[in-house]
Amino acid sequence: MKTARAPFPPDAYGPDAVIMRGVTGDNWRLADYEARGGYAVLKKLIADHATPDTVIAELKKSALRGRGGAGFPTGLKWSFMPRQFPGAKYMVCNSDEGEPGTFKDRDILRYNPHALIEGMIIGGFATGSTAGYNYIHGEIWREYERFEEALAEAYAAGYLGRNILGSEFSFDLYGHHGFGAYICGEETALLESLEGKKGQPRFKPPVPAAYGLYGKPTTINNTETYAAVPFILAMGGDAYLALGKPNNGGTKLFSVSGDVERPGNFEVKLGTPFAQLLEMAGGMRKGRKLKACIPGGSSMPVLPADVMMATDMDYDSIAKAGSMLGSGAVIIMDDTRCMVRCLERLSYFYYEESCGQCTPCREGTGWLYRMVNRIEHGKGRPEDLDRLLSVSDNIAGRTICALGDAAALPVKSFIQHFRSEFEYHIEHKRCLVGGHVAGGAVVPTDKVAA
Amino acid sequence: MLAFLAAAVWGAAASPSEAFALFASLRFKKPRFRSSEPIMLSTDSLQAIDRAIAKYPPDRRESAVMAALAIAQHERGHLTNEVMDFVAGYIGMPPIAVYEVATFYTMYDLAPVGKYKVCICTNLPCALRGANEAADALKAKLRIDWNETTADGRFTLKEGECFGACGEAPVMIVNNQDMVGFMSDDRLDAFVANPDRFLSEQK
Repeated sequence: MKTARAPFPPDAYGPDAVIMRGVTGDNWRLADYEARGGYAVLKKLIADHATPDTVIAELKKSALRGRGGAGFPTGLKWSFMPRQFPGAKYMVCNSDEGEPGTFKDRDILRYNPHALIEGMIIGGFATGSTAGYNYIHGEIWREYERFEEALAEAYAAGYLGRNILGSEFSFDLYGHHGFGAYICGEETALLESLEGKKGQPRFKPPVPAAYGLYGKPTTINNTETYAAVPFILAMGGDAYLALGKPNNGGTKLFSVSGDVERPGNFEVKLGTPFAQLLEMAGGMRKGRKLKACIPGGSSMPVLPADVMMATDMDYDSIAKAGSMLGSGAVIIMDDTRCMVRCLERLSYFYYEESCGQCTPCREGTGWLYRMVNRIEHGKGRPEDLDRLLSVSDNIAGRTICALGDAAALPVKSFIQHFRSEFEYHIEHKRCLVGGHVAGGAVVPTDKVAA
Repeated sequence: MLAFLAAAVWGAAASPSEAFALFASLRFKKPRFRSSEPIMLSTDSLQAIDRAIAKYPPDRRESAVMAALAIAQHERGHLTNEVMDFVAGYIGMPPIAVYEVATFYTMYDLAPVGKYKVCICTNLPCALRGANEAADALKAKLRIDWNETTADGRFTLKEGECFGACGEAPVMIVNNQDMVGFMSDDRLDAFVANPDRFLSEQK
């Protein structure tokens, strides 16, 4: 519905939407955003001579946690920026949205770009930053163009540039268009890429707040995180927190994909039951039964239907259920799906996207993929399942960035919850679910170095 | 010749590090083109590259290398060594650093592609909504496989990884810029029959 062409109804993202309330797809311009109350928070901060501390304190009260995947408290992250540091400091936005299943930041960029821009300006104000860069996923060129157009509007209105709204505060903001690398969604790989290099992650520490873009103090947040900031300051941290649950403040955009009737983005209160979210997406496609769900993007552990149906959609509840909220990408699989084949496609993705810097990941992702591939194709060996787990354990935690863990977690969780399907494949050389299920992922054999 | 140059630079420099810097500047700031004809991009492209360079601090021109390569590729169709060398010279960075970028990011084409490069995502969320069936249908219509170009040079087919548009699957990107979703068989037919008209209707 709203993933189709604009305009769509103003409540298309759900009745509790905050960031996307009133967004209809064709009202993204500056005047529309101001009519929805946009930039009022920035004007008030400037007029009241507010201090950065008041902004950060409000964010801490709101319990806003990073919407990109890690869920780190945003107010705390902003407080890490050194106040007295002379010279350039940077705010960076991670719009490199390439986690399979995730497509929410694209909607913010194309339908509500000024919410992101205002959030980044407030971030610059709160951290004393001099400039910001928004790193936009290479595959969404039209959204990059729209962001640039929105930036020009904000400059013309005096919200960006030197002496914003007549104050002492100056802040410049630029768009940076990526060109196809999943790894650049990792914050330090993103910084390397911004510097004009291969996107290979850096060792941490030092964290970006100490040594970030061009070696200067830098804060990196996800698109949705920044876009939430103006709304939090408008309603107050306590009110935003009250929308969700303690330690899980506010609303969150969930991207629901896979075997549902109406895939799309839905902005719901954190703590909303999974069943309710599934209902918003039109329920299971063709009335089939839910078999499995990856609740936070492909890098997070898969959960079986019964666990998922008993879970609420917030950081702590999903963690308790054995997975992670991640980026809020909810991938739904029905009872016609072969779990071996689903895992095979995901394992191929991590093999394809490993940047090659760390040996455990570079070699391990290929090893995982080749093993799952041969199990899927009836050539699995009895010892393969234990070896898959052992290779996973030897990748996770032994690499510079989290891509190694992201490749290992799906393997471990698919085997943990659906071991019998893997065993059936190995023993009977065919699929328990019914042969090669239509719509199951197929990996082209020309790419396989088996 | 090189040794003589190195010795001359060494003699003119006050310290080894200064000598290295001098030598590096001689080596890199005037790239040696491999073709006899120096490559030049159009004025429009050069202005677009200049706008990209202006986004970054004056001593960080290399931050614009991704944009410069994308702009050059858009004009030239694909990136040859000569084009990459030109970009290196224009930005002022070692050619090898430009090659590293061009080979790392998947949307750069280092070999010729058809007039319409079509990239289809087959990752799990898209596969659950018929991406493989769409890809198979397109392969049959065009009579090519992944990474092949039709005999008339019009279409090249590539398999992609997550575009961040899983809700609109099956999704494809044409020439790195135009993303179109919900690619049912009818829509694939309309695209193949007249790509320009189909793409303009989607905007």
